[in-house]
Amino acid sequence: MVKDNFTDSHTEMASDSTMVNKVWELLNTIPDPDIPVISIVELGIVRKVEIVSQKVIVTITPSYSGCPAMNIFTDDIRQVLAANGFENIEIKTVLSPAWTTDWIKEDAREKMRQHGIAPPENDPDGEFIFAKQKHVTCPRCGHADSRLVSQFGSTPCKALWYCNNCNQPFEYFKCH
Amino acid sequence: MNTKDALINYCLRLADNSMIAGQRLAEWNSCGPYLEEDIALSNMALDFFGQAETMYEYASQLINNQKTADDLAFRRSEREYFNCLLAEQPNGDFAYTMMKQFLFSTYLKYMYETLSSSNDETLKGFAERSLKEVKYHFRHSSEWIIRFGNGTEESLKRAQFALDELWRFTDDLFCMNATDEELISTGITVSSDSIAAKWNLTVKEILQAAHLTIPEKFNVITGGYSGIHSEHLGHLLCEMQYLQRAYPDAKW
Repeated sequence: MVKDNFTDSHTEMASDSTMVNKVWELLNTIPDPDIPVISIVELGIVRKVEIVSQKVIVTITPSYSGCPAMNIFTDDIRQVLAANGFENIEIKTVLSPAWTTDWIKEDAREKMRQHGIAPPENDPDGEFIFAKQKHVTCPRCGHADSRLVSQFGSTPCKALWYCNNCNQPFEYFKCH
Repeated sequence: MNTKDALINYCLRLADNSMIAGQRLAEWNSCGPYLEEDIALSNMALDFFGQAETMYEYASQLINNQKTADDLAFRRSEREYFNCLLAEQPNGDFAYTMMKQFLFSTYLKYMYETLSSSNDETLKGFAERSLKEVKYHFRHSSEWIIRFGNGTEESLKRAQFALDELWRFTDDLFCMNATDEELISTGITVSSDSIAAKWNLTVKEILQAAHLTIPEKFNVITGGYSGIHSEHLGHLLCEMQYLQRAYPDAKW
């Protein structure tokens, strides 16, 4: 009996970790609705996946308070997991520590660039009034000769910039 | 007042502040002075609605889901709203709105900074995230105030008029009542005195850079956090709550 119990729990543990990996894999296929080239895992909003008494618990940290994409994230997570046989799902939201662009994975930054969005660059002066603006590298032509048009863009996470070299507007993922 | 009731009131205050400020900014939708500015105003409104939702959800949890976040936003009348008077004031012209935004977002910036060390985990997380957002609001409105002051005679005149009109509502931002007393004693919040001191310094610095003068004579009006409002809130709620009142439980 003791041995059986041990074997059972051991098997369960192994299968739990396989399941956790499978869930991470599936989550990594869910695109950010605003920037479809990167996944919600690459964006850094998925903080934890765990299996507790056969229930899949996915912990996420919202990026921006009013980001309409957040509701789509949770719907997509349910849908994708359910379609792959995970019926018992709980999505937990954790607010602290707050999401930061530091959590965006490195290769996702390159994908953003190729999609025409300048990835976040460290911007400690960003909050100062009339701060001397650093120059964001244009994702299209690669020149750093650019200027800020507006701190607010098409989605809460992006600012609007203009490239003085190729004379094209581009979006910049704000450092947050 | 017990701690739980005080916490519920405080969540509603935070939520109502954001909700009403967001509703006012949303009135600018498609009326902004130019496209980028229109988008900026809508973006800030969206930040506010997101913040309000988080706090209404928390308040709803604290009352054991007897009311939903939507019930709290759309089915309370003005006396049950705990937002500050500044947030509910009408938009006026663009300079007026920016002055409101400037006085309000400077307050929110220091308030969220302080609340980031709350011993309530939800409030702490909420404040950390909201702080990142209002820093943009603060920078955006401060730059406009400085531009108005150093722009034309007309822009200076309009910014000064806005300051003269709105200054009387600024004491209200730092008013404390039984809710604050209870939460300060339990370490959930701190006295607003330290926030007021920082606010005063920053506001004066920016107004000086904009050649604007704080009015010498004004009637202090307070009461927002205790549910005593100006006539404007009722009109705002009429419009904002119309759909949920006419078609209860309507879903998007």
